[in-house]
Amino acid sequence: MHYVDIIFRAIFIENLPLSFFLGMCTFLAISKQVKPALGLGLAVLVLTAITVPLNNLVLGYLLKPGALSWLGQPDVDLTFLGLLIYIGMIAAVVQILEMVLDRFVPTLYNTLGIFLPLLTVNCAILGASLFMVERDYSFAESAAYGFGAGAGFLLAVVALAGIREKCEYANPPGGLRGLGMTFITAGLMALSFMGLAGMGG
Amino acid sequence: MNYLNKRFLELKPLFDKGGKFERWYPLYEATDSFLFSTTKSTTTAPHIRDAIDLKRIMITVIIALIPCTFMALWNTGYQANLVLAELGNLPDGWRGGVMGLVGIDPHSLLSNLVHGALYFLPIYLVTVVVGSIWEALFNLIRGHEFSEAFLVTSLLLPLTLPPTIPLWQVAVGVSFGVIFAKEVFGGVGKNFMNPALASRAFIYFAYPAQMTGDQIWTAVDGLSSATPLASLAQASPTDPLAALDITWLQAFLGTIPGSLGETSTLACLLGAALLLVTGIGSWRVMLSMLIGAVVTALLFGLVPDPSNPLYAVPVHWHLVLGGFAFGLVFMATDPVSAAQTHTGQWYYGLLIGFLSILIRVANPAYIEGVMLAILMGNVFAPLIDHIVLRANVNRRMLRHG
Repeated sequence: MHYVDIIFRAIFIENLPLSFFLGMCTFLAISKQVKPALGLGLAVLVLTAITVPLNNLVLGYLLKPGALSWLGQPDVDLTFLGLLIYIGMIAAVVQILEMVLDRFVPTLYNTLGIFLPLLTVNCAILGASLFMVERDYSFAESAAYGFGAGAGFLLAVVALAGIREKCEYANPPGGLRGLGMTFITAGLMALSFMGLAGMGG
Repeated sequence: MNYLNKRFLELKPLFDKGGKFERWYPLYEATDSFLFSTTKSTTTAPHIRDAIDLKRIMITVIIALIPCTFMALWNTGYQANLVLAELGNLPDGWRGGVMGLVGIDPHSLLSNLVHGALYFLPIYLVTVVVGSIWEALFNLIRGHEFSEAFLVTSLLLPLTLPPTIPLWQVAVGVSFGVIFAKEVFGGVGKNFMNPALASRAFIYFAYPAQMTGDQIWTAVDGLSSATPLASLAQASPTDPLAALDITWLQAFLGTIPGSLGETSTLACLLGAALLLVTGIGSWRVMLSMLIGAVVTALLFGLVPDPSNPLYAVPVHWHLVLGGFAFGLVFMATDPVSAAQTHTGQWYYGLLIGFLSILIRVANPAYIEGVMLAILMGNVFAPLIDHIVLRANVNRRMLRHG
């Protein structure tokens, strides 16, 4: 139940794009149509589900104060390297994932295509790892959180794409066409997601 | 009338393209089509002759809202009169002056209606005036025609507000709804979110002190009277209904404290009957939302939570409390923001029904979750439609190759 709670919170209450406005660049850019948005969302889901628990291991066995005691160095504190290592970890996972997908599931690789390398520097994915650090999750908790955070992004980006497809024939004032309307749409979506804030323990 | 019609036709060239008052055409068109039928005829195919145009639809919805509006007037006055008659004094300020003439008496229809009107009409007027100014501004600058849809929005919004809400908040809220949920998208039919709901949600989150709590539901200064849902949330988890001092019938009829026009399930049902008979409200949305809510409430009933009394509230109470009936009949069925495909409407309704009970029961912060659930439904409706359409395309591809 505890893990279900973490996943639920990550998807609906602490939704990365709609509550924290993280990962806006890809969220706004690749949401014109549902199909590519689905690809992007899946890529984010896979990445956060892998990198958050991985970074949790790195934090637990390399960076935390006292984490290096297994090397006989109990008073080394490497947390200042955190940012650098997390982003490096994400980049490495993206690279490996790309090669694995290309070799074994070329269809999925082609669908995700350009999104994978783009996501290396996506703030939502780094954000998920940093939230994991801040909240002191255990390994299992961070796995649940990583999955939930990615699923939340997937849900939000696909819903935004659905709305943008529906509003294809909307007639906004000239200055608001395109990105402006997408921002307003995202804001209205965030308003509706606020209804779930405060839920859960 | 005939004379007036002639005068209008004479004036028309002034407002047509190239005329002297070309800019003001939307205003002319609005007045003309409000008084008489439209002078416009279609120039290109398809030519459809049908009595049900947008105006007729909107007027029907307004007629369907009459029972709720009546209850808004009567019940607001009744609740306030009940308290004041006991205290034996008149309300403060200008309302006291008017009520001095009518007398405070909860058993008098007139006294209740007048007292309710003193609260409802200012809110309604502010909504209409402020909203119309924004509409007019956008329409005149962008050369759009006025749409009757705002008449519905401007009636829906006040009915969902508490009677004591400050009028400037109503003005801010309706401005937000009209501009950001409708006009920036290009007006009626082009938006994806119900503007009345967006207004309400905006006020709700921006000014929680005036939208929640137990001080605001009865139009008497400083009196605290919790809504039944709020009392239920404070009740003992084993027998929550004991905390209520009302019967189910009272909740059904709507003689309980609450938002202006949401309390009466009966009034909403009357409106629903008209919407269903005329085919304007989607029965699929209504039915599936009902099913979704009933199933969810039953499921919560199966796993009682010792710390949360709302888990144990029986289904038939859920359906008559809060804004559930009002949201089901008038908000969820909004043809613009609901799902468009028939299959999609089923999922859309189920989703809203599920969410509204979920938010109400499991989210202690916002017991009144129905409006928020419908907003979420609005957000996911286009996606539901998309999936339904894709599934249909795929099925036909398989069948016909």
